Amino acid sequence: MRRLIETNGWTIGLGLLLALLLLATRLIQPDFGTSGLDSLARAALPFALATVGMAVVVIAGGIDLSVAAMMAVASVTGAVLMDGASDGQAVLAVIAVLALGLAMGALNGALIVLTRVTDIVVTLAMLFVWQGVALLVLNAPGGGAAPWLRALVAGGITLPGVPAGLTGWLPRGVVFLTAVTALIWLPVARSKLGLMIYAIGSDASAAFRSGVPVGRTRIAAYAIGGLFAALGGLSVTMGTGIGEPIPGPYLLASVAAVVLGGVVLGGGRGGLLGPILAVFVLRTVRMDLTLLSVDPNVAAIVEGTIMVAVVMFGAVLATRGRGA
Amino acid sequence: MTTMTASPLGRLGRLMVDNPLVPLILLLGALIGILALLNPAILSMFWAGNTIKIAIPLAMLAACQTLTMLTGGIDLSVGTVATIAAFVTATLAPLTGVPAAVALALGCAVIVGLANGFGIAICRVHPLIMTLGTALIATGCLLVYQRHVIATGVLIPDVLIWLGTGRSYGLPNSLALFLPFAILIIWAQRRSGFGRLLYAIGANEAAARMSGVRVWQVQFTLYSLSSIIAGVTGLLYLGQIKTASLSLALPLDLPSVAAAVVGGTSIFGGRGGFGGTIVGALILTVMTTMLTLLQMPEGGRRILFGLIILAVTALLVRLTDRS
Repeated sequence: MRRLIETNGWTIGLGLLLALLLLATRLIQPDFGTSGLDSLARAALPFALATVGMAVVVIAGGIDLSVAAMMAVASVTGAVLMDGASDGQAVLAVIAVLALGLAMGALNGALIVLTRVTDIVVTLAMLFVWQGVALLVLNAPGGGAAPWLRALVAGGITLPGVPAGLTGWLPRGVVFLTAVTALIWLPVARSKLGLMIYAIGSDASAAFRSGVPVGRTRIAAYAIGGLFAALGGLSVTMGTGIGEPIPGPYLLASVAAVVLGGVVLGGGRGGLLGPILAVFVLRTVRMDLTLLSVDPNVAAIVEGTIMVAVVMFGAVLATRGRGA
Repeated sequence: MTTMTASPLGRLGRLMVDNPLVPLILLLGALIGILALLNPAILSMFWAGNTIKIAIPLAMLAACQTLTMLTGGIDLSVGTVATIAAFVTATLAPLTGVPAAVALALGCAVIVGLANGFGIAICRVHPLIMTLGTALIATGCLLVYQRHVIATGVLIPDVLIWLGTGRSYGLPNSLALFLPFAILIIWAQRRSGFGRLLYAIGANEAAARMSGVRVWQVQFTLYSLSSIIAGVTGLLYLGQIKTASLSLALPLDLPSVAAAVVGGTSIFGGRGGFGGTIVGALILTVMTTMLTLLQMPEGGRRILFGLIILAVTALLVRLTDRS
């Protein structure tokens, strides 16, 4: 028990912080309840998926600056394919978008491995490429989303046979997030691939000497990152019902949440639960500012300042860690 | 290294890395040749002046990228800083008079630069993430500011319009600002102590630190300088475009990185210079004209710019690989 607390101290602290923030929200807005939680979950979903994708890449010792642009590509592709399609076709469209995400991420990783240019430069260049692709697919916001897909993240959970009051407060967005993350990440983390991803993140040359195929593992990590980015893009389309070709502010937000979530920039340490909790902490702060009727632009400044401060703090910690 | 110098292709590669100006000017000539084939009527003195006029703000923003890239950094807040400087000048000029408005606008630029310098030099955040972050915050501040000044009206100082759009002897007046600026930057990077410190940090930061360079002071100065240059560029651009918008210079962000990279400045530091960047800016401007002629959509243009950055850096890594 004690060991559990010691190793997961940061994550537990984040959980407590989130609980305190939700309590504060209740104080600010006494009738904050099910619908408030639901809208919080829906607003946080794209951020959380972007952050999970970024976290996998950062654990592998890299960074993917094109995460927001890949989300835009996935969002518009999904919206264009689903526009006017039947439910069956929409399933195919979702599968196609997820495959596209895997391919985009794998391409990012392959370019890093093949060109030997650092990850930051390659993914910066690819950021522009994916932005361009998104604009070519759809020039202005448009397209559509299948109704069943939109229902997947809206409202509370209702289970047959269980009274609605018992499960109704749990937002579908949170369940969706937990389900896809667990479905994709748990098999990977339990397998050899997961071990190899952590290995190349903590020391690439040591991993190479222990027989880990560093290049292939890196490509796999970026591909998983791309898959989560595609899910994030789909969740944008699910939330709004249309495809959005201009990338949202997901890049900086995901880096900040990854750092706040206890994943060390540089790789090899941290999990996915911390970053997800960090996303909800940051989103709740934003929501509270809105509830306090702060000007949305001022709220954006406050949020940006928090994120930059978190990243600065993380960089100071990372430098200390390297020096010690 | 020995195999590299032995093969003629490798030798050519080294020559290109060491003297990037020669192949760049040849490339510029070739592009203008293709343009002449596409549309022979386009080439004229007026077109040349126009191309130079459009390339100047791009080259000045690319100067920020060149200087920061010499140390292995990058400054992605330049477009935002230029936009803020232009917007603040245009909206404050009717209230406070032109000199005070310009001073306040450049003051805003310096604040962003100091914030960048603090994060990068003291906290050691990666420059790319730090400058993206300050750009985000600064954009938020601009939106808040814009809501409060909307009633005062906009005045674009005559000096800036003269500088931005005027012509003397067929050449754009902006050259009067750009020529001294370019000479100063090239002199500073080659001959001044500060310029050499930039190359030293970019080539090997640990070695520079051990030789007694106070890296944080250099970076602080560098990012403040970069923001001031971006602010001045914003003023020039305001005179050229003649409208104060909230996204005035943002479309120049990406091309400014591309211009520096195409001009032979290494994004990893220690290699390159402003001379190549100027030619790089001209190449990109001519290329944009060509893409417009071919009616390439905006998305295609972004893909092309991204691929150019990637291809040129990959090529540079291959050519300068000493292992």
